[in-house]
Amino acid sequence: MHIFVQQIVNGLILGSIYGLIAIGYTMVYGIIGMINFAHGEIYMISAYLFAIFLALVRLFGVDSVPVALLVTLVATIVVTGLYGFTIERVAYRPLRGSTRLAPLISAIGMSLVLQNYVQLAQGANEQSVAAIFSGVFRFGTETDFTQITHVQALIIAVAIAAMGVLTYIINRTPLGRACRATQQDRTMANLLGIDTDRVISLVFVIGAGMAAVAGVLITLNFGSFNFFIGFVAGVKAFTAAVLGGIGSLPGAMLGGLVLGLSESLFAGYVMSDYKDVFAFGLLVAVLIFRPTGLLGRPAVEKI
Amino acid sequence: MNLRSLVKDACVAAGIAAVLFFPIVGLVLDRATVSFQLQRGAAAVAIVFAGRLLLGLAARGLAGRGGAGAALQAWLRPLRERAARPAAALRLHARGLVAVLLMLLAAVPFLPFTSNYLLHVMAQTCVYVLLAMGLNIVVGLAGLLDLGFVAFYAVGAYSFALLAKHLDFSFWMAIPLGAALAAGAGCALGFPVLRMHGDYLAIVTLGFGEIIRMLLTNLVPITGGPNGLPAPRPTLFGLVFAAQGKPGQTTFHEFFGLPYSPSYRYMFVYLVYLLLMLVGVWVFHRLREMPIGRAWEALREDETACKALGINHTTVKLSAFTLGATFGGVGGVLFAGMEGFINPSSFNFLESALILSIVVLGGMGSITGVVLAAVGITLLPEVFREFGNFRMLVFGLAMVFIMIWRPGGLLRVTRRSFAGTDHAG
Amino acid sequence: MPAEDAPILTARAVSMRFGGLKALTEVNFSMARGSITAVIGPNGAGKTTLFNCITGFYRPTSGALHLHPAGHPHDLTRLAIHKIARLGVARTYQNIRLFAQMSVLENLLVAQHATVNRRLWAGILRSPAFRRSEAAALEQAWFWLRFMGLEAAADQAAGTLPYGQQRRLEVARAMAARPLLLCLDEPAAGLNPQEAEALNDLILRLKAQFAVSILLIEHHMGVVMRISDHVVVLDHGEVIGSGTPAQVRQNPAVVKAYLGEDEPDARAPPPAGGN
Repeated sequence: MHIFVQQIVNGLILGSIYGLIAIGYTMVYGIIGMINFAHGEIYMISAYLFAIFLALVRLFGVDSVPVALLVTLVATIVVTGLYGFTIERVAYRPLRGSTRLAPLISAIGMSLVLQNYVQLAQGANEQSVAAIFSGVFRFGTETDFTQITHVQALIIAVAIAAMGVLTYIINRTPLGRACRATQQDRTMANLLGIDTDRVISLVFVIGAGMAAVAGVLITLNFGSFNFFIGFVAGVKAFTAAVLGGIGSLPGAMLGGLVLGLSESLFAGYVMSDYKDVFAFGLLVAVLIFRPTGLLGRPAVEKI
Repeated sequence: MNLRSLVKDACVAAGIAAVLFFPIVGLVLDRATVSFQLQRGAAAVAIVFAGRLLLGLAARGLAGRGGAGAALQAWLRPLRERAARPAAALRLHARGLVAVLLMLLAAVPFLPFTSNYLLHVMAQTCVYVLLAMGLNIVVGLAGLLDLGFVAFYAVGAYSFALLAKHLDFSFWMAIPLGAALAAGAGCALGFPVLRMHGDYLAIVTLGFGEIIRMLLTNLVPITGGPNGLPAPRPTLFGLVFAAQGKPGQTTFHEFFGLPYSPSYRYMFVYLVYLLLMLVGVWVFHRLREMPIGRAWEALREDETACKALGINHTTVKLSAFTLGATFGGVGGVLFAGMEGFINPSSFNFLESALILSIVVLGGMGSITGVVLAAVGITLLPEVFREFGNFRMLVFGLAMVFIMIWRPGGLLRVTRRSFAGTDHAG
Repeated sequence: MPAEDAPILTARAVSMRFGGLKALTEVNFSMARGSITAVIGPNGAGKTTLFNCITGFYRPTSGALHLHPAGHPHDLTRLAIHKIARLGVARTYQNIRLFAQMSVLENLLVAQHATVNRRLWAGILRSPAFRRSEAAALEQAWFWLRFMGLEAAADQAAGTLPYGQQRRLEVARAMAARPLLLCLDEPAAGLNPQEAEALNDLILRLKAQFAVSILLIEHHMGVVMRISDHVVVLDHGEVIGSGTPAQVRQNPAVVKAYLGEDEPDARAPPPAGGN
């Protein structure tokens, strides 16, 4: 029994991470209709930034863990957000009005640039961060228990909180209204005085920020990363976004959880070697039978 | 845009660059600490500052401002006018040019500056051209965004390796089989995605490509897993290009009474691949001018209108995937024969992305453009091979900038002209 | 062999619902072979929905739609779009749907896809049968270009033509498919009075020269009244009147639907009694 619960816990954690990254994909797709291939690399960069800032902060003699964490978290989110902003300005905005494929190729190019940029600057080796939290919560008996580390609990809590805050912003604030308006009809939003360029930039920054949170959390959890984690996580997170219905914020989180849970259960009970195959298989199956995803709304084309 | 605001712009850019670059470039992570390489960071920021300034100045110049700007305009005008003139006369010359080019290409193995490395790279380019032609059908003509084209490439290569291993197939026998199996895979992929469009299609095909790669990596007893499989080299009517043939095999140099040279194999492979590439390009050219080619393009333009004109979009889509995959499969067989060995790492998403870039850069549906782009994307990085990661970084930047500069592809796609075919009017 | 006056298209109790929305309710009509029939009605009346049912884009929730080409009737509610097209139904659209990046002539070649030689090897190797088929298709394409006065633009990208020419090209493309029934969805939209006159002439010529039955949706009353043999009026998904243009003009239900209780619609038919 405890294996099952353990797998559920693992699944929730994986799912939260996927969900946080998926938010970036789904918001960008929702607002300008493009797949931001470079988003996975943003997540990867945030992991590096977090480790670097942490080391820097240690170097400056800050010993208190909460302070160090807070400072590095904020710094990571800010700088990652800036990366997101810059990438949009440099590689996507000039292509706003052009063909479908041009932004896609540009995004792929950007993804290459970011991967190799980090590889050149930091080397190709696996990096690691010393464990900060080591406590665990344990449930069950001495011999038959489920455990969830403090970090893992933190991941789930932070993911829920982030989702809550974002949903609140999107649904209740003027800024969120501007986002939704731009998503539905950009021309009209412009005519009504909304600075859609700024809104789009903001969406990229928010997406990058969420990815940064994911990057920090995953680094705290696993302690190691390399320049290639962006690709795998990126494709999976995009799978999650599509699964949930691309363009839908709750869909991103739901898709993330569904993907995380099924991947974890499959890995635990069937065969872990093929868990990635399973994840993609799930994506293909959902898209065949429910093309717009779990929470997506089918687009009606007027003939 | 005056000079002062240009400098301000450049400063802002440099400021942003500083925040972005200093943590990653200026500090190097080493276990739990960082080492300082601030000079690298400073250099990066300086480059951004200078670059922004130069770009701004160039933009001013192109817009005609300032003395230098006016001079630049005067110099550019005749070039612009020449570029805008129709290329009708160019067509006749193009025929002659192509013939000369082909003769030159065929002569490469015999020219003095040739080398095994050069022939190998050029054979590789031929393979990429073939692959690009296949994707050109799916993406360029039919507008079906396929991000997993590498799957068909892999099917071809692995079919060859497995057929050779279990049924002793030779290179030539494997080509039609590899093509057929890849075609089957294309059909199999096409069915489920019939109703998908745009980005959904892209993601599903990406998923398909990744599934194939992961299966190849994990089904170790069949595919050899990450270690891969060997593949036999192409032969000339049974003559083997090796220092020593296996029992029962005659080697090329023995047959012709020549001393052994490893170059013979490279020359043979290059010439054969050149020929096969030309056949592939020719087939694509014919397909494009047939009803099916027109139907693919019409499908890309407006699927709804297509259906209402009696075009069975299911058949047309499936045919695009199937025929495109066939090219991919043949490319796979060629790749395996050329390398002598294949493993799953050659069939990753980056390959799909590369081939897609070739098609987009060359112009969707174009032949000359795609061939040139294939040459550019395969040959040029070889020139910069020593630079390792830096080369890929520049490649990525080039992709971004070329898309910004020319989103429709580097060359404008010239459509077939029908003027002069009106016999009754 | 159907009688000379057998209808080309019959609709019996056709209804279309989208969830709770009733787009068409019990629509009945019959369209005479070789006639020009106009479907008119206020916006949202269900005209394009009817078109979409006829051409196969929608499947009616209930009712029967039959095409009577020759021989036995075909149930349009059971056929896929391309099958209906191959039976001899062609259409144009409210928002032009040309193959914009293909040339004008290529648009006309695509229209003949169902009848040309499509065999793979015949095409790759350019067999004599293939070449004959292509030549015939080309000839047909040029014919239509000349008919519409578009020969000079043969190589031009269809999307770069002026609006009026694009409309003509769309009609040409539909005709190049050799239809029995031509469905025109607001062909006069966006045309000035001169162009609308030219359109009238065009449609009449098509009917006279090619024995094609023409069904058209139109708001432009000048076009409708001048060229239609028969008019069907829809409002809120129901047929509220049908008959010759003169009859329909005087039908009180029709007048009310267009004129309403207050503001006269600028493009409504003139009030009963005439000017």
